[in-house]
Amino acid sequence: MKITLNINNRDYETEVKPGEYLTDTLRRLHQVSVRRGCDTSSCGVCTVLIEGKPVPSCAFLSYRAEGKRITTVEGIPDEASELSRYFGGEGADQCGFCNPGIALSVYALKQAQGPYTEANIRHVLTGHLCRCSGYHAQVEAVKRYLEANHE
Amino acid sequence: MMKIKSVYKPASLEDAYQELLKSSKHVLMAGGAWLRLSNRTVEKAIDLGCLDLAFINDTAEAVEIGSMTTLKAVEDSEIVSGLYDGILPAAVSQIVGIGLRNVVTIGGNVVARHGFSDIITPLLAMNAQLKFYDKGLLSLHEYLETRGKTTDILEKIIIAKVPSRGYFKKVRKTALDFAVINVAVTKTEAGFNISVGSRPSVGMLCETAMALLNKASNIDENLVDKAAKCAADSLKFSDNHRGSGDYRRTLTEVYVKRGLLQLLDLEEKA
Repeated sequence: MKITLNINNRDYETEVKPGEYLTDTLRRLHQVSVRRGCDTSSCGVCTVLIEGKPVPSCAFLSYRAEGKRITTVEGIPDEASELSRYFGGEGADQCGFCNPGIALSVYALKQAQGPYTEANIRHVLTGHLCRCSGYHAQVEAVKRYLEANHE
Repeated sequence: MMKIKSVYKPASLEDAYQELLKSSKHVLMAGGAWLRLSNRTVEKAIDLGCLDLAFINDTAEAVEIGSMTTLKAVEDSEIVSGLYDGILPAAVSQIVGIGLRNVVTIGGNVVARHGFSDIITPLLAMNAQLKFYDKGLLSLHEYLETRGKTTDILEKIIIAKVPSRGYFKKVRKTALDFAVINVAVTKTEAGFNISVGSRPSVGMLCETAMALLNKASNIDENLVDKAAKCAADSLKFSDNHRGSGDYRRTLTEVYVKRGLLQLLDLEEKA
């Protein structure tokens, strides 16, 4: 199937198989921040935003993304960079493999304007597995980032 | 992984239904998140995503949830939260992460009759009705009793608006895991409903325990104990890597009892 995907405000024409998931398509299109993790939609590392909503790209069929706005972490460089400073400050970051997915979910939360409570931050981060940091530091980093960037 | 040779985008429900009837190798595609659970090769996947089946309607008598409504939309719906103390959104909110809930549809989950479903269990206890394109209305309970492939299209799930209370409990080993067991208990003017799922087979009503409670003129803690035991004894449980059948039976008795006590506003004795 020949489809056109809009990734970070740029159109890409590409050929996909009918049952192909978006992780494969995006990586083929060099969107390498979209990582392949569990491939069972449990770990969150392949998260992208479709029309501003976080979805695991390993569970989203590529042809269904046609005509929709796809955002990867490459599409939000300033926000991702700012968030990474808070991650560094809280020691919430080690290998960084899970960061792009988390950055996109936090960005979606910010766009939806909260609520920025700890309970909601934890709710939003559920589904993003991190094998290094133990989560608490990440929650603190996200909390501080949202407090500082709250409009 | 399911192998799909082509995708068909139907213009209407009738178009989708006719295409489905043409071959046993034509399948309906809902959220499409769990193609990895199947090794089938399908000639044509009929995409239901273009048929306006994603909606939540609030009518005078019932709440209607379109089959292509995502779990996240169900979770966020104030209309659905108003039914049975919000047990359906509560159950949905515990399924993996927000991302997956933005993809998975309620209809796909129900029609597939997944044993691990945390949605079927509360819907059973809420007396949900299923509206199919060809067969019309069928209760979820009746649908689960049928076996084999369903050659029909689920349009919507209908939940009657009645004064009600509800209890839902999912027992799991880790935050993102499937349930070891899930239990739903509801109470309406017609009586109690009790359903248990992830046994590990699909959710089921505990009809003998429900009859015991609904025939009684007075329900005290002794009867609650009896009904909880009856619920656990009347269902079939099996072993898998999440837990043994015996463990599931024990959990069922405990959580059915807690559910009943909560809905009866009774305290559990130490």
